[in-house]
Amino acid sequence: MNGDDGYSALEETALRTRYRTSFGANDRTGYVITALAAALLVFGLWHLGFSFTKFLNGLANLGNFITLMFPPSWGDTASLLRLLKALGETVAIAFLGTMLAAVIALPLSFLAANNTTVSQILRFFARRSFDTLRGVDTLVWALIWVNVVGLGPFAGVLAIAISDIGSFGKLFSEAIEASDRKPVEGVIASGGSRLHAIRFGILPQVSPVLISQYLYYFESNTRSATIIGIVGAGGIGLQLSEQIRTLEWQTVCFIIIMILITVSIIDLISTRLRIAISGNAGTTI
Amino acid sequence: MTAAAADSCRTIDDLSSAYAVTVSRKRKQFLISGAVLAAVTLIAGWMAEVDLVLFFSNIHKFPNYISRIFILDSGNLKGSLVIFDILGWFWGIGKWLRLLADTLLIAYVATMIGAIFGFIACFFAAGNLGVSTPLRFAVRRYLEFCRTVPELVFALIFVLAFGLGPIAGVLAIIVHTTGALGKLFYEVIENIDQKPVEGLISSGASWTKTMRFAVLPQVLSNFISYALLRFEINVRGASVMGFVGAGGIGQDLIEAIRKFYYPDVSAILLLIIVTVAIIDLVTERIRHRFIAQGH
Repeated sequence: MNGDDGYSALEETALRTRYRTSFGANDRTGYVITALAAALLVFGLWHLGFSFTKFLNGLANLGNFITLMFPPSWGDTASLLRLLKALGETVAIAFLGTMLAAVIALPLSFLAANNTTVSQILRFFARRSFDTLRGVDTLVWALIWVNVVGLGPFAGVLAIAISDIGSFGKLFSEAIEASDRKPVEGVIASGGSRLHAIRFGILPQVSPVLISQYLYYFESNTRSATIIGIVGAGGIGLQLSEQIRTLEWQTVCFIIIMILITVSIIDLISTRLRIAISGNAGTTI
Repeated sequence: MTAAAADSCRTIDDLSSAYAVTVSRKRKQFLISGAVLAAVTLIAGWMAEVDLVLFFSNIHKFPNYISRIFILDSGNLKGSLVIFDILGWFWGIGKWLRLLADTLLIAYVATMIGAIFGFIACFFAAGNLGVSTPLRFAVRRYLEFCRTVPELVFALIFVLAFGLGPIAGVLAIIVHTTGALGKLFYEVIENIDQKPVEGLISSGASWTKTMRFAVLPQVLSNFISYALLRFEINVRGASVMGFVGAGGIGQDLIEAIRKFYYPDVSAILLLIIVTVAIIDLVTERIRHRFIAQGH
């Protein structure tokens, strides 16, 4: 068959049977899965009401909006000040929400970690509560907190805090479980209490990890805080959705640029800090 | 006292004084950073209108709200816990399941199309495939823009352009997915083994052939794994698209919250949480299989 490759037909059949997967015996299932995936895609587009004329009309509208966006403008000075204040609110929401979450999650995560928990029942409850808190979207928490403390950025702080307690609880407890046992044993062997073991055995090991996770979440919460205003929980999102609804495209463009710049500045700072901390991690332990 | 003992004494003194210096320096550092943190927190608290008096006078409303969504507010069993009347609690199950299916479809379609766009873009954004620098720079900035602007912002704009409904949601998630997956994909490509690429180039293969036979086999399993992870994230994203009128179950959820249909809130939230948990489990299984195959 493939004489020039140096294989006889017999050898090739033997090879084919021996290395089925490499010779594409799986190809048929691959094709079937691809076909099914494509069929579901087409069905999905049809079911969700996709049509080319509608799509093209929409694109024309969108093109229109985009031309109206330039040049970006902030309106008058009063409106610029309002936007800057809203942007400050956004960063403050992200900062405080993340911090509150970390402060509350830290003690709870010791309960949820296998090697530091007081009882298995408590550990189970802590983990399930973290899952539930994480399972509900930040925007839903924001709507609930708006019912409690009223419209405004404070509801946003509490919403970000409560949904991040779930994320931090999980991540922190995993970091604690992954910590080295030896320092803990050392502290216990030299007569330290459980709290001493946590303070001097575990905390120094996990704190660089915790701080870098904190920074990472601060970064991602800045993005969440920009939209939390859409449901009335303060920040730039409120201004943005208002400007979009009133078709003030130049201001919309300005706000989007403001968000992009803020997010990238915070990215930069937090990446720098994270590198600095993980770089020093070896020497501080 | 012998000379040696005096020597060791001095060493211990040296050590303890050096220790004291280090500790005091660390303490000072700790105090300064603590003070800065406290100042920043106070400023942020002032900006975010944190009101502790309001918080403590209203905090009882929070557990009230949580317990209220688990109490029936109509029907024969009005006032009792929702679990005593599952049918009454999930009275809208038919409609909600349909909306949930819509939500999953939005996430699926958007993930697929976004992954295709991200797939195309990543070959032009990777630094090791010989793409010209200006083109690479442009593609990278574009991907960055796509993933930095939040999905809901795109959704708000698309709802005006394409009309209310799931198409706006799908498009918004597509844009975001393109940005997020495009970045992950080109990072995977930048970590591949260059030898197969060099082999194909030296045997005279074209650029597309090099991509197909040297790059693709190395990265495909990772790509699929990332796309599945994105699908999971997009299901969560699609479940709130309805908040701005862009389709899916979010529409009914925000209506229930805004109009105080308390038991409906818990019913819809429960449906979303269970669906997301199931999808988490299933995609994780499939991902582990792909990752195992890739190695």
